[in-house]
Amino acid sequence: MSQIGSFALLLALALCAYSFLAGILGLVIKGPGAGRLGETARRAGIASFAIVFLAAVVLVVAAFQNDFSIAYIFHHSNRDLPAPYKFATLWSGQEGSLLFWALLLSAYGLVLRLRYKTDVRLFAHASVIIAAVQVFFLLLLNFAANPFGVMQGSLPADGNGLNPLLQYPEMVIHPPMLYLGYVGFTVPFAFALAALIMRYPGEKWIQITRRWTMVTWGFLTCGVFLGAHWAYSVLGWGGYWGWDPVENASLMPWLTGTAFLHSVMMQEKRGMLKTWNMWLIFSTFMLSIFGTFLTRSGVVSSVHAFAQSSIGDWFVAFLGIIFVTCLFFYIKNRSHLRTEHKLESLISRESSFLFNNLLLLVACFTVLWGTLFPVLSEWVQGTKVTVGPPFFNRVNVPVALLLLLLTAIGPLLAWRRTSIDSLKRNFMWPAIGALVAGVLLVALGMKPWTDISYFYSLMTIMLSVLVALTVISEFVRGGRVIGRHTGQNLLASMVQLAHRNTRRYGGYIVHFGVIVIMIGFAGSVFNQDKEQEMGFGDKLTIGSYTLVCQSYTQDDNPNYGSEWAVMNVFKGGKQIATLNPERRFYKASQQTSTMVANRSTPQEDLYVVYEGQNPDTGKPIIKVHLNPLVMWIWVGVWIMIVGTLVALIPNSVPVRVAAPARMRVEPVGAGD
Amino acid sequence: MGPKTNLSRLLLSSRAKRGICSFPPSKETSDSSSRTLLGITRTFFLRRSAQLILLTIAVFALLGAGDESARVNDLGHRMMCVCGCNQILLECNHVGCAYSDRMRAELVAAVDRGDNDDLTLQGFVQKYGTTVMAAPTKTGFNRVAWIMPYLVLVLGLATVTLIVRAWRSRPLVLPDDSVAAIHGADLEYFRDRARKDTEI
Repeated sequence: MSQIGSFALLLALALCAYSFLAGILGLVIKGPGAGRLGETARRAGIASFAIVFLAAVVLVVAAFQNDFSIAYIFHHSNRDLPAPYKFATLWSGQEGSLLFWALLLSAYGLVLRLRYKTDVRLFAHASVIIAAVQVFFLLLLNFAANPFGVMQGSLPADGNGLNPLLQYPEMVIHPPMLYLGYVGFTVPFAFALAALIMRYPGEKWIQITRRWTMVTWGFLTCGVFLGAHWAYSVLGWGGYWGWDPVENASLMPWLTGTAFLHSVMMQEKRGMLKTWNMWLIFSTFMLSIFGTFLTRSGVVSSVHAFAQSSIGDWFVAFLGIIFVTCLFFYIKNRSHLRTEHKLESLISRESSFLFNNLLLLVACFTVLWGTLFPVLSEWVQGTKVTVGPPFFNRVNVPVALLLLLLTAIGPLLAWRRTSIDSLKRNFMWPAIGALVAGVLLVALGMKPWTDISYFYSLMTIMLSVLVALTVISEFVRGGRVIGRHTGQNLLASMVQLAHRNTRRYGGYIVHFGVIVIMIGFAGSVFNQDKEQEMGFGDKLTIGSYTLVCQSYTQDDNPNYGSEWAVMNVFKGGKQIATLNPERRFYKASQQTSTMVANRSTPQEDLYVVYEGQNPDTGKPIIKVHLNPLVMWIWVGVWIMIVGTLVALIPNSVPVRVAAPARMRVEPVGAGD
Repeated sequence: MGPKTNLSRLLLSSRAKRGICSFPPSKETSDSSSRTLLGITRTFFLRRSAQLILLTIAVFALLGAGDESARVNDLGHRMMCVCGCNQILLECNHVGCAYSDRMRAELVAAVDRGDNDDLTLQGFVQKYGTTVMAAPTKTGFNRVAWIMPYLVLVLGLATVTLIVRAWRSRPLVLPDDSVAAIHGADLEYFRDRARKDTEI
């Protein structure tokens, strides 16, 4: 098995190297043979997918066959590992996850190379760039992190098993989603660099790039929040985001990708920010690679860094090559990126995008700075410092609030310029609604003057209401106009409205999802927790809940042994649920893991953790968290996904600007 | 005139002696500044602003001051567990963790002793090293960690402002095949029409 896998990786490297070199020659040389050479390069790229896929299949089959002669399988699997996790072995360790990265990259490359007829020359350039990235990962897989390395000495009877933290259903889909996001940014990067290299005439490339970015961004959003949900459900500390370096690594490209998705509209509509957009997409790709470097190099300590080694040097070199390449072509062809229009007013959609980009980039810088500051501190002072949640929350929360404010104002601004009267007219009712929400919250007992976190929470909710009302008012106003013309009811009109300009209204749905998530975050200020040793019949009261320990027991299966408690939950004197918090001991890896019992309602999560047994009394120690509004975070993510999907649907009626025949007028407010 | 009124007068008199102006401003104060707006002098306005700022600072400085359990909670969230779990001290959930239980006990003891926040945190830093603090301190080189994000925000704002100014002052270059530029009411008419046409 290992020989088939190793050979497949070698062959894939050869194919990608050929695709890269022949692709360059096909683009550079002139003559009748150039086209044919380019075609062979494209086909080699397509074939590389089949070969990398074969290598991945070999690794998965080896996991299912318990082939412990392969070191990777020995370290990340064992005989009693359930089937879904054996499949997940592919991305559970460093070598496997790099193979998975190479597989997804070749799959993206496959789609791109099959759709080459959209624009043969642009796609040929992009294909070469993707082949170059493929070569890097296949070089790593062949020479630095081979997943098919064989065990030395006698064959072990069983493997070490999968990290218990990874034995959770979401881990079967969280890494693929995250990787689809990370890897996917290679495609917009390839198109952007290709367009720069060939001084691409027109804006078609930016439309292609924007679509790919949206898909990739959607995957990354899913990946990031699945990770948050996994952390919430498995780590058992009662939170979903700890500003861990690996979490930060996934957030950074998400932030720059979000900035790009906004500012790219300025380029499409107004021919502005071309250089900025180019570097935004370059940075997003480099941050994706940087994230992998952070996870794999061990340069920063992380609870999530499951696999660390010395391959960090490879990534540093690769990042250097990417940067120099981008800089070289930018300097060479920067005249191609000259802006076509000027900004007419500070109160315009354009300026709102500028400030939106600024805030997203500041947030990204803050995350990067905080993540790397311990390394910098060690270098400068000789001592390492910790940069944890207090730093990130303090610096990023105000930025997030400003972003929310812009999210409310931005959609109300027209391209080019907006009159103050129009802004006042559209903004007045949402603003009054937000103020009413604030007053109501204070009247209900929220005291923003007692603690800065309460103040932030109140502001978050007020601004979220503001955004929600502006989004709703946009839908209702547009729906009414359509309703007047078609005679449809408001709901049908709003659906038609969204279908007419899916990108704009899909974007609004995404904004709505964001504010639902923010409301979920705002609830964390009111978190409570209690810890207690609980024997039979013991009670624990938290908020309006009373938990009674009915029993506690132990269980055993081939994969793990477990201790768990049966907790009856009462509210208002009535039993409303039975929860079973559990703690597992995985035999193969000799590690423990928490299985949180969570009763989630729109109002709050009752989050119960079995922390272990008191060795003296034998009674379980139970920690209970009462986390308000958490469910809204996951609801918000679903809304964001729906919004992204809506934005990807083609418009039903193309939006056109009517202009008189004798004059040429630029389109000014096509939405978005 | 009752005692309450006398007290008010006394307070007003003492405020006047300290130079704190009551409303409306006294004649002397009004004379000291030639610029008045609605009867409020600039000096009066500046003093009131300074008082307001001081009051705000005082309120924010006192935020979070509370009972002992609140202090333990606050301090415990400003430190990390040093067992390697990368979790905030009060959020480390490892039963039998070699560090967090002991550290929590030490924290409670320090608060019970009446040690102030700085002394308590300093004690932990001395015992467990600088990495015990969950965020960089605001001293020495660590200040850079806090300053940089705000500096970048300010520089970014300045850059965006400069870009906006440059763009607004840049002459619009029309393509060769364009017709004559439209101005005034015509331009507004076409703008409005285009906006309406593309609204939905």
